[in-house]
Amino acid sequence: MTYLAKPKLHHPSLERNRVGYLRRDYEGKISTLCAGCGHDSISAAIIQACWELDIEPHRVAKLSGIGCSSKTPDYFLGNSHGFNTVHGRMPSVLTGANLANGDLLYLGVSGDGDSASIGLGQFAHVMRRGVNMTYIVENNGVYGLTKGQFSATADQGSKSKRGVANTDSPIDMVSLALQLGATFVGRSFSGDKAQLVPLIKAAMAHQGAAFIDVVSPCVAFNNHAGSTRSYDFVREHNEAVNRLDFWPSREAITADYPAGEAIDITQHDGSVMRLRKLDADYDATDRVRAMNLIQMRAAQGEVVTGLLYVDPDPEDLHRHLNTVEASLFTLGAAELSPGAATLASINASLR
Amino acid sequence: MDTMMPNLQETKKKPRIEAVNDLVVKFANVNGSGSASANELFARSILRMGVPVSPRNIFPSNIQGLPTWYEVRVTEAGWLGRRGGVDMMVAMNPQTWDQDLKEIEPGGYLFYDSTKPLPPEKFRDDVHVIGVPLTAMTNARWSVPRERQLLKNMVCLGALAALLDIDLAECEKLVGEQYKGKEKLLAPNIEALRLGRDWARENLACPLGIRVARADNVGDRIFIDGNSAAALGAVYGGASVCAWYPITPSSSLAESFLAYCGKYRVDPDTGRHRYAVVQAEDELASIGMVVGAGWNGARAFTATSGPGISLMTEFIGLAYFAEIPATIVNVQRGGPSTGMPTRTQQADVLACAYASHGDTKHPLLFPMDPNECFDMTAQALDLADRLQTPVFVMTDLDIGMNQRLTAPFAWDDARAYDRGKVMTHDMLEAGRDFGRYLDVDGDGIPFRTYPGTHPTKGAFFTRGTTRDSYARYSEAGPDYLYNVQRLLRKFDSARSIVPAPVERKAAKATRIGAIYYGSTTPAMDEAIIALEAQDLQVDLLRVRAFPFADAVNEFIESHDLVFVVEQNRDAQLRTLLVNELDIDPAKLMRVLHYDGTPITARFITRAIGDHLRAIGGRPAPVRSAPAARA
Repeated sequence: MTYLAKPKLHHPSLERNRVGYLRRDYEGKISTLCAGCGHDSISAAIIQACWELDIEPHRVAKLSGIGCSSKTPDYFLGNSHGFNTVHGRMPSVLTGANLANGDLLYLGVSGDGDSASIGLGQFAHVMRRGVNMTYIVENNGVYGLTKGQFSATADQGSKSKRGVANTDSPIDMVSLALQLGATFVGRSFSGDKAQLVPLIKAAMAHQGAAFIDVVSPCVAFNNHAGSTRSYDFVREHNEAVNRLDFWPSREAITADYPAGEAIDITQHDGSVMRLRKLDADYDATDRVRAMNLIQMRAAQGEVVTGLLYVDPDPEDLHRHLNTVEASLFTLGAAELSPGAATLASINASLR
Repeated sequence: MDTMMPNLQETKKKPRIEAVNDLVVKFANVNGSGSASANELFARSILRMGVPVSPRNIFPSNIQGLPTWYEVRVTEAGWLGRRGGVDMMVAMNPQTWDQDLKEIEPGGYLFYDSTKPLPPEKFRDDVHVIGVPLTAMTNARWSVPRERQLLKNMVCLGALAALLDIDLAECEKLVGEQYKGKEKLLAPNIEALRLGRDWARENLACPLGIRVARADNVGDRIFIDGNSAAALGAVYGGASVCAWYPITPSSSLAESFLAYCGKYRVDPDTGRHRYAVVQAEDELASIGMVVGAGWNGARAFTATSGPGISLMTEFIGLAYFAEIPATIVNVQRGGPSTGMPTRTQQADVLACAYASHGDTKHPLLFPMDPNECFDMTAQALDLADRLQTPVFVMTDLDIGMNQRLTAPFAWDDARAYDRGKVMTHDMLEAGRDFGRYLDVDGDGIPFRTYPGTHPTKGAFFTRGTTRDSYARYSEAGPDYLYNVQRLLRKFDSARSIVPAPVERKAAKATRIGAIYYGSTTPAMDEAIIALEAQDLQVDLLRVRAFPFADAVNEFIESHDLVFVVEQNRDAQLRTLLVNELDIDPAKLMRVLHYDGTPITARFITRAIGDHLRAIGGRPAPVRSAPAARA
């Protein structure tokens, strides 16, 4: 069966958030992915993050490309408009949607096949332009829907399920995003919800191009010995540079840590990110040092996770284009047509 | 000054072309020499004298150095197509001298810069040669190299004004308008114009046998290129998002849109923009952005040309199937592949009509001139919203990149944008059933909701995969059939709301007809008069859109033989007519011109005239449809 509606069962004691929604209201249809797929954990993290952020579900627009990961927007935020676009081209559709209506929160969901191969160009340009969005790549190093071919993020020397070694160099999406000007860059692991949920929340509060690379093992085709995207491998090699706590702008900060162990970063919307440092030398507001550290650790075979870089006061495409406050799609002839009198003077100038 | 004028004495002996307000002057220039603005000034000065002109740029894919031509047809009768033939060549490019010389009609005129003497074999005996030492005169007066280059064009224009009896006061007025507020630049330009005129008056017999005389045939018409006109149509039509990728000959359309928006779409209080223009990384992204913006309820468009259309076809299929408005202006050029990027053709008709994989078809609009570029681009935005589908405006390089005399633009301030069927928050709240792909009105057009409309109702998942009428994923045969058959009904609904064809009856009843479209129009307007002068009666039908209105079928039915005149090799509109209307192909005679130059009245007249004479005016029965070739 390819389509399953989830039964709506509400327990009267379920908790409602500040805007009156149950966690259930952020769910979508029943996933058709394989049992144990990392992507389903990411969907659950998105649901959790949106509920905790008190976002009205219809204020989110979720867009995706093609592939296993790109199917997931059907499995969360069922009251949001979604758009499953064409392979590798979600970034341009998201950009256009964002230009038309700057009032929605944009969530782009993609995979490593979708973003690192066919869509590498659009990935690069959407980051360059600083489109205000949260862009999540569910990265498993493999093409799942077409049954196990290597993707462009697969590590050199890692082995396919049939034992064939990958000979090509991997594309590191995090390094690319940093180099291309993304103003929020994180990496996480689908198996670490405690790390992932606050990252998604902080990214959604970020008023610029936010990118999260989520290592998300493919249980069907890339969870074996010799793979560098298996649950076991990632657990062993995951090196978190920090732990993130996130408070939306209106909330009081509740956690407390000894001085020196944590730093607070206030984003443009007033929300606060508290970073508990796990790596004493790491400064998440220094783009160049972030790039350095990621390269060094990658050379040692480690997967660096956490909030890798943030610009607390980013600019976005709307600011660059100096668009009006009102969303463009709301403008009518009164605002858009210069009128017949102006046209008469244009005609006169053309004689 | 070492000036050589070999033919001045002989001038009286040989025949010479004598014509008032009916002549073709062609400028042979070097690309990047600054000739374009002087050329435009030449054309507009004549317009200001009340005499219609029809200029065409013939240019290479190059920024500097290669040959470029500007051909001006001066035509009191108002024929705006290319005539063919050259009465006067302004030969400013040594590279193309031999070729340019050959093009001059016997008894015509050759104007050249005589600063350096040329040997007699560089001239033709049957052509009147006029040498003006332009470089020497300019260099004697000005010293800055760039200034010299630009002002030489003005000296040339001054001399031509004297030779062709163009009122220099009109040139000076235009220059004054151009340099309003930059008086420093004005003075040397005026001086250069007068320098050329005075030299010609003193040294040459002015005017020549061909000349311009004041008339009153321009009326209230305006002079503008089709790309600017389409851009202005997009401004008036309410496009707020434009995503594009540079490609000749469409680039100036998006750039004009940006320029017009900068003038007319800035919030006067805040200085902020009521528009968003993005130069995308490629055509895949530009159409993607248009689709995204259309999905979100903004009016969005892109401008491109053939290769861009090829890149966009995957998205066009998505927009067709997921039913998302998009407006695409295709400024056609010579294909296939990179083809002739700076030449004109109408060769994307089939590629656009059926763009993308699977069963797809899309509305096409065929503007004939800048005025229709304006109207149809604005209308395309309405149609895209009404039909929730990609709509193509099929212009071409000939219309797009040449200034053309055209009816003034008109806009009714009472006109509201047709946003199509949009289900609002209140409609959902009132309990209206919302099926994204449900045909509630029988016209095949469903309702849509904009993202963010309602907290709990009206959200749906847009996808290119099949789904049922409530947008739920489904690969069930009946669900698929419901959708694709509804899409056909929707396409049929388009038939009655796209621009209707325009018919012109011959003076006498006839069973012979001709169908044409777009930039072929001015040549056809002229050809039909020439055919009638030969007592050949042909009814005309100008097709303005696909899907074809019923009137197109009726026209073909009521004639025994119908010429289909177009500017491509494979008779693409004819194929579309045969395919969509089940026409007997034998009935449709191809008249095809596709060498990259705009079709001429002479070509059409000859192709149709020869055929009609060959069959003795009795068309039926026609068993084969041989092509008239360019």
